[in-house]
Amino acid sequence: MKVWQCLVCSYIYDEAKGDPEHGIAPGTKWEDVPYEWSCPDCGVSKSDFEMVEIKP
Amino acid sequence: MSKHPVVIVGSGLAGFTVAREFRKLDAESPVVIVTRDHGGFYSKPMLSNAFAQKKNAESLLMKDAARMADDTNVQVMANATVVAINPQLKQISLSDNQVLKYDQLVLALGADPIQLPLQGDGAAEVLSVNDLDDYRRFREAVEGKKEVAILGGGLIGCEFANDLAIAGFIVNVIDLAPQLLGRLLPPESAIFIQRKLEDEGIAFHLGTTTQKIERSGGKLRLTLANGNIIQADVVLSAVGLRPRTALAAAAGIKINRGIVVNGLLQTNVEDIYALGDCAEVEGRVLPFVMPIMQAARALAPTLTGKSTPVHYPAMPVAVKTPCCPTVVSPPEPNAQGEWKVEGGTEGIKAIFSHQNGQLLGFALMGSAVQEKAALTQQLPTLS
Repeated sequence: MKVWQCLVCSYIYDEAKGDPEHGIAPGTKWEDVPYEWSCPDCGVSKSDFEMVEIKP
Repeated sequence: MSKHPVVIVGSGLAGFTVAREFRKLDAESPVVIVTRDHGGFYSKPMLSNAFAQKKNAESLLMKDAARMADDTNVQVMANATVVAINPQLKQISLSDNQVLKYDQLVLALGADPIQLPLQGDGAAEVLSVNDLDDYRRFREAVEGKKEVAILGGGLIGCEFANDLAIAGFIVNVIDLAPQLLGRLLPPESAIFIQRKLEDEGIAFHLGTTTQKIERSGGKLRLTLANGNIIQADVVLSAVGLRPRTALAAAAGIKINRGIVVNGLLQTNVEDIYALGDCAEVEGRVLPFVMPIMQAARALAPTLTGKSTPVHYPAMPVAVKTPCCPTVVSPPEPNAQGEWKVEGGTEGIKAIFSHQNGQLLGFALMGSAVQEKAALTQQLPTLS
């Protein structure tokens, strides 16, 4: 499981935790997060500023 | 076809996001970003939690100006200061006497840190962090030092306090308000986060103000209005921002708290637009990232000729204090209603509702942040 960070607002997406409040189940890998998903903190879309991996 | 470029003044999140969104709609028309700083892209919100992210000024820079220009297919003029706008001739003048014609001008100028009036020979040493270059200076100043005093217990002050405590600094926070995050929280929630921050070793001096900062034996000595004396190696001011309006005002553009724009982000002067921290959109100066993204997405189609008013959904803000995860969606300043607070040691949930039951705001801390999405759905959009 990897942890990713939004380049704009520093929101953390932890694959282990997912984003269940927005329909992303725990354990969802970043590549499986749907294209339409947007950062819950700042609203950038997945395609705009790719999140970067911050730890393996 | 445009004869002259869309000129964007400012390379912060607002400026770059407008450029990027514009490019999605128009791959051809020239776009020039004029910026007085280095023109690189970085996440401004990360400046106040960089220690926790194990980042420094160098690693915070994600893309330099050349790379941004390449990726977005725009021209970036870095280290270039705009000194005047001439709306009649539709041109701007730079400090090196260069003149640049525009078809449309976008002001994404940002805001300046407010500086408190302070006495003493150490007052000039006070730092503020409003951009990456400021942050580099701040990191150099605290290198090898132990004690930092922070003026201001708002969002940025609390984030810096937590971040510096994580990095091992002794931190004192001073604020005139009787509580932390005064504009965002009811008192019970403010106490909750204050206790969590105190558990990290941070000391608070609330309801008082700093009167004097003097140099004293290689350190700075702060005298507070309540008589207390605090010692610090570095003093960081985080008492708020004031929209940058002087350039626009000198060109005859209407100013109030910020550069006044309508829902289309138009100023009163034809073909001049403003967004981000410098702008007052239909009476609101909205800080933080989400309003900038919304504004940039609306402005891009407007610039291509498809008028698109900005629309703001409910926009909760995360306060990046790792010792006390916090999400707030403050009620509008004139909102009628009251706070209701419930919680315990693990978390605290405060909701602000009108007497008819409509939810108008919230502040969630600790375990209560899980309710963010559910509560956000119940909030009205701004209108």
